[in-house]
Amino acid sequence: MNTLWMIVQRISYALILLLAVLVLNFALMYLAPGDIADTIAGDMGGANAEVMAEIRRSYGLDRPVWEQLVSYLWNVVQLDLGYSYFFNTSVVSLLAERVPATLLLVVSAQILAIFVGVLLGVVAARRPNGLTSHAVTLLALFGFSAPVFWTGIMLLIAFSLLVPLFPVAGMQDVTIDGGAWVKMVDVAHHLVLPTITLASIFLALYSRLCRASMLEVLGSDYIRTARAKGLSDRQVVVKHALKNALNPVVTLAGLQFSAVVSGAVLVETVFSWPGLGTLALQSIIARDTPTILGILFFSSLVVVVANLLTDLALRLIDPRIRSGVN
Amino acid sequence: MAEVKLDAPAVEAASGPLREVARMFLKNHAAVGALAVLLLIVAAAVIGPPLYSDDPYEMVWAPFSPPGADGFLLGTDYLGRDILAGLFYGARVSLAIGLSAALMSVGIGVTIGASAGFYRGWVEEVLMRFTEFFQVLPTLLFSMVIVALFGASLQVVTIAIGVVSWTAVARITRAEFLRIRELEYVMASRASGAGNLKLITAVILPNALPPIIVQAALMVGSAILFEAGLSFLGLSDPNVMSWGQIIGSNRPYILDASFTVTIPGMAIFVTVLAISLVGDGLNDALNPKLRQR
Repeated sequence: MNTLWMIVQRISYALILLLAVLVLNFALMYLAPGDIADTIAGDMGGANAEVMAEIRRSYGLDRPVWEQLVSYLWNVVQLDLGYSYFFNTSVVSLLAERVPATLLLVVSAQILAIFVGVLLGVVAARRPNGLTSHAVTLLALFGFSAPVFWTGIMLLIAFSLLVPLFPVAGMQDVTIDGGAWVKMVDVAHHLVLPTITLASIFLALYSRLCRASMLEVLGSDYIRTARAKGLSDRQVVVKHALKNALNPVVTLAGLQFSAVVSGAVLVETVFSWPGLGTLALQSIIARDTPTILGILFFSSLVVVVANLLTDLALRLIDPRIRSGVN
Repeated sequence: MAEVKLDAPAVEAASGPLREVARMFLKNHAAVGALAVLLLIVAAAVIGPPLYSDDPYEMVWAPFSPPGADGFLLGTDYLGRDILAGLFYGARVSLAIGLSAALMSVGIGVTIGASAGFYRGWVEEVLMRFTEFFQVLPTLLFSMVIVALFGASLQVVTIAIGVVSWTAVARITRAEFLRIRELEYVMASRASGAGNLKLITAVILPNALPPIIVQAALMVGSAILFEAGLSFLGLSDPNVMSWGQIIGSNRPYILDASFTVTIPGMAIFVTVLAISLVGDGLNDALNPKLRQR
């Protein structure tokens, strides 16, 4: 089986997953009490049965279920996720406005968590019973047990209010004047606390896994050979052992993407980060169903694409994986 | 696989499996301490409300009274409500939702995982694709959507949490079933005429339980965190006091009184930490082989 065929296979599987998400979306919309006519009637301050029926007809709600499903899917294919009556704009343009902020947060948190996690894991694996090793175990417990929104608020109190190192909320300071460079530094400054907060959940997970897989790899024969060849400790650990120990960490990081997106919802709320999470909360409070479902679809898309990229990355790192994972 | 031999029922039976597990568990001091803390929290949830206060929403004093200052051990919140009373009532919600949501997801996960691992073939293919589908949905967003569409009652919140968190249980159960179904004692039961249902529930499942129990313990912890997250966002039942709700409603005032947020957060943290330590202890006690790590 060649790589290209494999990629085609994975992509078509990803598309099927997304189709399933859309069908689920439609089912939720269909099963949930209240429909678009109720929303519009609510906005108009009430409507009689005739008007309600007219609204339903104009939106095609009187047609058979499967016809509605097909037209919903067809709309999505044409990049039409519906219209938000609360924000008075199309859901797609709303998403386009909010997605960059969420992607920035999610990706930087993942990078930080993987980088620091691997670093800690490697240090801990060098001395399995040392201080760092115990610290990693403790950190893992903390990362699992502390509610992420609370961690965020604690960091906010410590580093924005008590010691005002970082801004309290938002993604940029509108009063700042300057070129692109100044604005980028400003966004980075706002990004620090949310990123650390979101990374705190996963950092611990990665460091624990990296420690375990490093310990396993360091005990294998080829490492003994490498040492016997007279390679320096640094070369053995970084070039030989880490390369193989990274595999499970990358796999796990890929699997965690849906959890990272979930965590981002809470972190965005704490730091008023203008991303999909805060949009989701706003639209839920406003009962803006098209936007809510659009966000669910889009975040699933992010997860599917991230999984796909992880899969490809693993293939690049590890030539042993030729056929499907598992 | 080497683990196979250790699971032979005869070895366990000789020393009494439950007593052996209890003995191993008691050796783990952290886990025993955590269990004590957990029992204390359960006791507080049960006897706290009737003994201490009958309404956590009642405004009993001026707002933002610091802990211990005016006779309120943990102070009052932005509406002058007693935080300790809120914690007592919140403990009930956290534990109740944590337990029932975890139970629900274990039920779903074991059913799906056991069917996939036992029947194999197209059943396994379909069920595992179904599981993968649920792994793609961002859990918190999905349950936010469920709560938003179907109302924020305790039942809906519990279902919303249970429905999104079963995938890990399904994977673990399937892996165990795939391993155990090939063992000789299962073949022996099959040969002596046991039906599929009996093989799944009475023959294979008991031996697949240890890792499922450990996972279930961890699920209680993550369900509590999940509920806290939802109620922090204001998406839980507004008429039921919960820890996340206290944090969410007091968040705008952290500049005036950070203790209103710090204290309930500590409650969540300590509870979940205790549960995961107990889970770790159970893991060591149920899988003696893992202890060398």
